[in-house]
Amino acid sequence: MTQARKQFILALEAVTKSFDGFKAIHDLTFYMDEGELRVVIGPNGAGKSTMLDLITGRTRPDRGRIEFGRDIDLTRLNEWQINRLGIGRKFQTPSVYTDHTVFENIWLSLEGARGILDCLFARVDSAQKDRIHDLLSTVGLQERAATKAGSLSHGQKQWLEIGMLLAQNPKLLLVDEPAAGMTDEETHKTGELLLSLAGKHSILVIEHDMTFVRQIARQVTVLHQGSVLCEGTVDEVQADEKVIEVYLGRGKRHPPTTNEP
Amino acid sequence: MFAAALVALAIPPLLNAITPEGHFLHVSAFTLSLYGKYLCYSVLALGINLLWGYTGLLSLGQCLFFALGGYALGMHLMLLIGKLGQYKAEIPDFMVFLEFPARFPTTGGLPPHWIPFRSFAFASAAVIWVPGLVALVFGWLAFRSRIKGVYFSILSQALTYAATLMFFRNDFTFGGNNGLTDFKVILGHDINTPATRRALYLASAGLLTLTYLFCRWLSRTKFGLVQRAIRDSENRVLFSGYATSHFKLFVFVVAAVIAGLGGALFVPQVGIINPSEMAPEKSLEAVVWCAVGGRASLVGPILGAIGVNALKSYATHAFAEQWPYLLGSLFVFVTLFMPKGLVGLPDQFRALQRKWRKGVSNP
Repeated sequence: MTQARKQFILALEAVTKSFDGFKAIHDLTFYMDEGELRVVIGPNGAGKSTMLDLITGRTRPDRGRIEFGRDIDLTRLNEWQINRLGIGRKFQTPSVYTDHTVFENIWLSLEGARGILDCLFARVDSAQKDRIHDLLSTVGLQERAATKAGSLSHGQKQWLEIGMLLAQNPKLLLVDEPAAGMTDEETHKTGELLLSLAGKHSILVIEHDMTFVRQIARQVTVLHQGSVLCEGTVDEVQADEKVIEVYLGRGKRHPPTTNEP
Repeated sequence: MFAAALVALAIPPLLNAITPEGHFLHVSAFTLSLYGKYLCYSVLALGINLLWGYTGLLSLGQCLFFALGGYALGMHLMLLIGKLGQYKAEIPDFMVFLEFPARFPTTGGLPPHWIPFRSFAFASAAVIWVPGLVALVFGWLAFRSRIKGVYFSILSQALTYAATLMFFRNDFTFGGNNGLTDFKVILGHDINTPATRRALYLASAGLLTLTYLFCRWLSRTKFGLVQRAIRDSENRVLFSGYATSHFKLFVFVVAAVIAGLGGALFVPQVGIINPSEMAPEKSLEAVVWCAVGGRASLVGPILGAIGVNALKSYATHAFAEQWPYLLGSLFVFVTLFMPKGLVGLPDQFRALQRKWRKGVSNP
């Protein structure tokens, strides 16, 4: 058992978090293997985003353990310390630096020194330049390097933010609804991008769009009322009685086959 | 552009020096000091812009740091008056008047913390470290507790208000509501001669130039990029591994030091520093200069500071009572119709022109 535990990149054990008496996360236990691409689904209010907040240090759990890799306790660290360990987070609404160029957005995200003095005297060297252009071609924005991020389309902003995450070269990527607000074509492209990254990075994706989940998911975790309802492949999960009840009980058609914009 | 600005800065002292009094081109020593005051305000505005325009931190207490710098140098100037004061005493007049000799008998009436200010070097250093230290302590507390947005603005305003009340008190040993005034000499020169006035003006122009160059340099570094990134998406920066609170604290301290330097050169030219200089409304006014000139631009705050203060000098002569209304309306107008201030007008005009042309070509 202890031997097996060492392989997890992320482990949440018996985590509970309440906000004003409302239990957003209730006795949640969740493990993720190194190199895995995991999708977490669940109805609104299931605690998906709170789970990411807990992992990234935005909020602290009332109880329970959150560990990263080999016994690093995440509950004692703040956001930037956790990020520097190699945990990158993509927000639900695209968060890019609108006033900066696409190139600058990636430059600011590149792994490396983050101190005040480092920033005062930093220059882009040629290795960094190459790396930035590689990253931009990975996310399909190589033509837009000099464009201000604010003038990109919604989908392009999402990709830019994924590119910014990759620039940090994180061990674990937390991606919150990457396909939200995208066209079908953009969604598909995003899925391919994530699939191509799996293996090199461990990726945790939160998603609503079942077509998209089907495209990328190997293992799916269903959250409900702050704890894990079931885990398995997409087919197993969609056939699960409890899952059907949870979605039907909330007045939703199951399985949702398309994403309503 | 930059060279032209430097030449323009040099014209008033030159005219003061080479033209005789009464000549139509003559700039009097009084006017020169008035311009010098505008330049000091411009320095203050550059600091505010560094905070507000570039980092998204609206501090409503920057005049506190301006005044602290002013007080630090003012204390030195007070001690230089010596026996030239009304009471012909070794200590500044207000200390005689407030019976300090009875309160501090061992030092002949001079409060102990005034003693090192006899040294110009110490006073000059205090111009930098006193505002810097106050900003460091306040900023550390505020940013550590993640105080943001309007809460930060309100707290900074409360800070400057509290300081005003403290400085108003006579027993706080800084001259109470009269403050420090009636200076006679600076660095061995009579403070009121045209030559000294020119030197002070030139020092202000030099300080403004250096501050401008510093801000320009800073905005072009990676630090500058991080600063604006914090303004536009602080969470993204925080979750990218940057300790945003350290960056904000650094900018806050730098802006306070800049304000303090401006305040130090303001005092010998205006001839007085008192607590009203750090009253909340002064800081608000300074924010209006930035908004009018155009924040998040390097020259905008300078244009705003000079423009609004020139207008104020005129308006407070012509219709003193209406000035606050004018200032308020100016702020409202600029916020609603000129979001980028004076420096944004050419762009706004071009956009309007394009719209108008489009309207003509497809009716």
